[in-house]
Amino acid sequence: MTLFSLRAGACALALMAGTAGMAAAQVTIVRGNDTDPATLDHHLTSTVAESRIMNDLYEGLVVQDAQAKVVPGVAESWEISEDGLTYTFKLRDDAKWSNGDPVVAEDFVFALRRIMTPATAAIYANILYPIANAEAVATGGKQPEELGVEAVDEHTLKFTLNAPTPYFLELLTHQSSLPMHRATVEAEGSNFTKPGVMVTNGAYKLVSFAPNDRIVMEKNEHFHDAANVAIDRVEWVPFEDRSACLRRFEADEVQMCTDVPAEQMAYMRENLKDELHVAPYLGTYYLPVKGADGSPLKDKRVRQAISMVLDRDFIAEEVWQETMLPGYSMVPPGISNYVETPPALDYADEDLLDREDKAKALLEEAGVAEGSLTVQLSYNSSENHRNTMTAIADMLKNIGINATLNEMEGTNYFNYLKEGGAFDIVRAGWIGDYSDPQNFLFLFEGGVPFNYPRWENADYDALMDKAAVTQDLGQRAQIMADAETILLDEVPAIPLLTYSSRALVSGKVQGYEDNLPDVHLTRWLSLAE
Amino acid sequence: MLRYTLRRLASAVPTVFIIVTLTFFMIRLAPGGPFDLERPLDPLIMENLKRAYNLDGSLWSQYLTYMGNLMQGDLGPSFTKRDFTVNDLFASGLPISMLLGGLAISLAVLIGTILGAIAALRQNSWLDYTIVGLATFGITTPNFVVAPLLSLFFGVILRWLPAGGWSSSDPAYWVLPVVTLALPQVAVIARLVRGATIEALRSNHVRTARAYGLPARTVVVKHALRAAMLPAVSYLGPTAAGLLTGSVVVETIFGLPGIGRYFVQGALGRDYTLVMGTVVVIALFILLFNLIVDLLYTLLDPRVRYD
Repeated sequence: MTLFSLRAGACALALMAGTAGMAAAQVTIVRGNDTDPATLDHHLTSTVAESRIMNDLYEGLVVQDAQAKVVPGVAESWEISEDGLTYTFKLRDDAKWSNGDPVVAEDFVFALRRIMTPATAAIYANILYPIANAEAVATGGKQPEELGVEAVDEHTLKFTLNAPTPYFLELLTHQSSLPMHRATVEAEGSNFTKPGVMVTNGAYKLVSFAPNDRIVMEKNEHFHDAANVAIDRVEWVPFEDRSACLRRFEADEVQMCTDVPAEQMAYMRENLKDELHVAPYLGTYYLPVKGADGSPLKDKRVRQAISMVLDRDFIAEEVWQETMLPGYSMVPPGISNYVETPPALDYADEDLLDREDKAKALLEEAGVAEGSLTVQLSYNSSENHRNTMTAIADMLKNIGINATLNEMEGTNYFNYLKEGGAFDIVRAGWIGDYSDPQNFLFLFEGGVPFNYPRWENADYDALMDKAAVTQDLGQRAQIMADAETILLDEVPAIPLLTYSSRALVSGKVQGYEDNLPDVHLTRWLSLAE
Repeated sequence: MLRYTLRRLASAVPTVFIIVTLTFFMIRLAPGGPFDLERPLDPLIMENLKRAYNLDGSLWSQYLTYMGNLMQGDLGPSFTKRDFTVNDLFASGLPISMLLGGLAISLAVLIGTILGAIAALRQNSWLDYTIVGLATFGITTPNFVVAPLLSLFFGVILRWLPAGGWSSSDPAYWVLPVVTLALPQVAVIARLVRGATIEALRSNHVRTARAYGLPARTVVVKHALRAAMLPAVSYLGPTAAGLLTGSVVVETIFGLPGIGRYFVQGALGRDYTLVMGTVVVIALFILLFNLIVDLLYTLLDPRVRYD
């Protein structure tokens, strides 16, 4: 035997050993998450980090595919009544729980009644208020049995809504409307989320949950689409320290990170070009403007002037290291159910010096002399918010507005704003719960606690009310675009940045696609060697 | 000796009581609560949550309930890790913190003492200067610098060890955290032992031992080093208590499920019971280790008697 064939033989042996090992070994992916879920009881969850876990464990009536398009989940088809008030879902026959039980319409009814029951104290119950009687049930005025959801038979589920809700299918992809295994929840009480007890109907089932360590899931062999689930085991690791995720990603101990350390963006752009994903996200970073009664800030020209001089490119690139994108509209670009060319502030491409001149002219018109106006910029503690506000203070100085900084502690900050606390200019962020402009525009309707500036505009409210009852999606989109046009003219809140989603995805991971809501169910992914 | 120990243990009870009481009311003074999220909750839901977690009664009645449960060893439910009780969290996390802290302390004592003694015996030699220099470097380099560097070097570049994560069965995962925890302690102990040894070598009892013609090894190990360990031992009491109850920095950087992070996570999330639980555990460890130090003194130093 020549040396060559000896080598070839060894190679063949090694190959055989390799493939034999691969056939036996299960495919495991380690995915980073922002933090641990507060609980695995999805009725008590609210965060994006929690939704990632829940969407792997459970399957709703509809699910989001790799591009985040709504596709059939437990429901194989559905019918929407002509008035848009009734949704009838036909459930697939082969949907099973991880213990082999069939998934039936009653499982959804049970879960939806439970999340609406006041005693559950569900944080996100209000997202389901479009369902008939939901609000009354959640506030104790009606019994859970009166909720507008009904199991017509084992495989037919009927929803009755208060008003036409064009985004209802989008809404059903949220973790609040996932089903629950009634027998387990009733028998085990709050213990139903424990490993070994928990019964789920998604692509994966829970194996273990060690806080600050990892959540381990394994493929649910009873899942109806199990044949197409390529990854056998998922380990979700919480990373409060984003640099730690980056290091473990580079050491190939972790194949996906949900966020990256902003201070190392340059390094990653250089060295992890193919692995780094930065995509627009369903969120807006904006500056509500309020001012005391009689303050020049109550004059829309002053607000327009302030908005005009903000160098959004600088803030996105320098302060946020491109982890945020410049934003010129309240509704993030690329959202579903909206007009072709959504309204936006029209000075994005104008030269900053020209904008400053225009802003000065507006201030003069409003009777604000140079140096006569001092505004307080408040923000919740965070280095990036502080730097953003410092930069803004600097930009305001260019048009003769003095600004002082006021840092507030995070826990209290949003309560203060929600309760109508006084402020000049603050920062706020809003991440959409579903991909629909209504989810951003409702923030400025009269009487909404999130309307931090307490801005009231009858025309705006009327348009939003009209949109809420408009069936035709095209017309509805146009009405909301008209509303946003008013909002961007009045600027009670100045859009500053659009959030982006940042992720590190190993080259081995296949089936990953960037999408606006940043949803990436493990069931759509596979690992190449 | 036994009476002394019992007396000290008895006096620990009111100390813990005072610490717990103070912490209970201090954390409540902090603005906000466990259920204040970036996106504020419906008032009705907030009410339901407070009822579910016994936060709706008066502060005084909440305090009495908490103390009552604490007497029975029940630290209550966690508000932010809601699938677990605080007892659950400590049951899984404390052994990990203790394992890492215990290994780090042992390593630090072993290496620190050897380095300190060598430096003292070779005082003002290049060896001494090197050790003192390294020790100063070790004390002044914070662990949030050391930990990522170790992880980057041994985990990412060389790939000899895991860059992070935890396994209770594979000691490879323990190495970098233990080294990170031990390094500054090695430095402190080496300096303490060096100073005390130099002093002990000049003391009367060592000179007497030398005059009797005892072998050099016996003089150094039995007489000089034993006395020289005293400052290190009193330093080690609170240090051991701190290391055994976990380090937030090391746990965050390496992703370890110990209990060090619970204090910070609890405080930031206004997880009252979790903060209280951490305070109780840390207080108990400090009291215990101070007692151990005092008892060790009697073993090391024949001049100390407690009866």
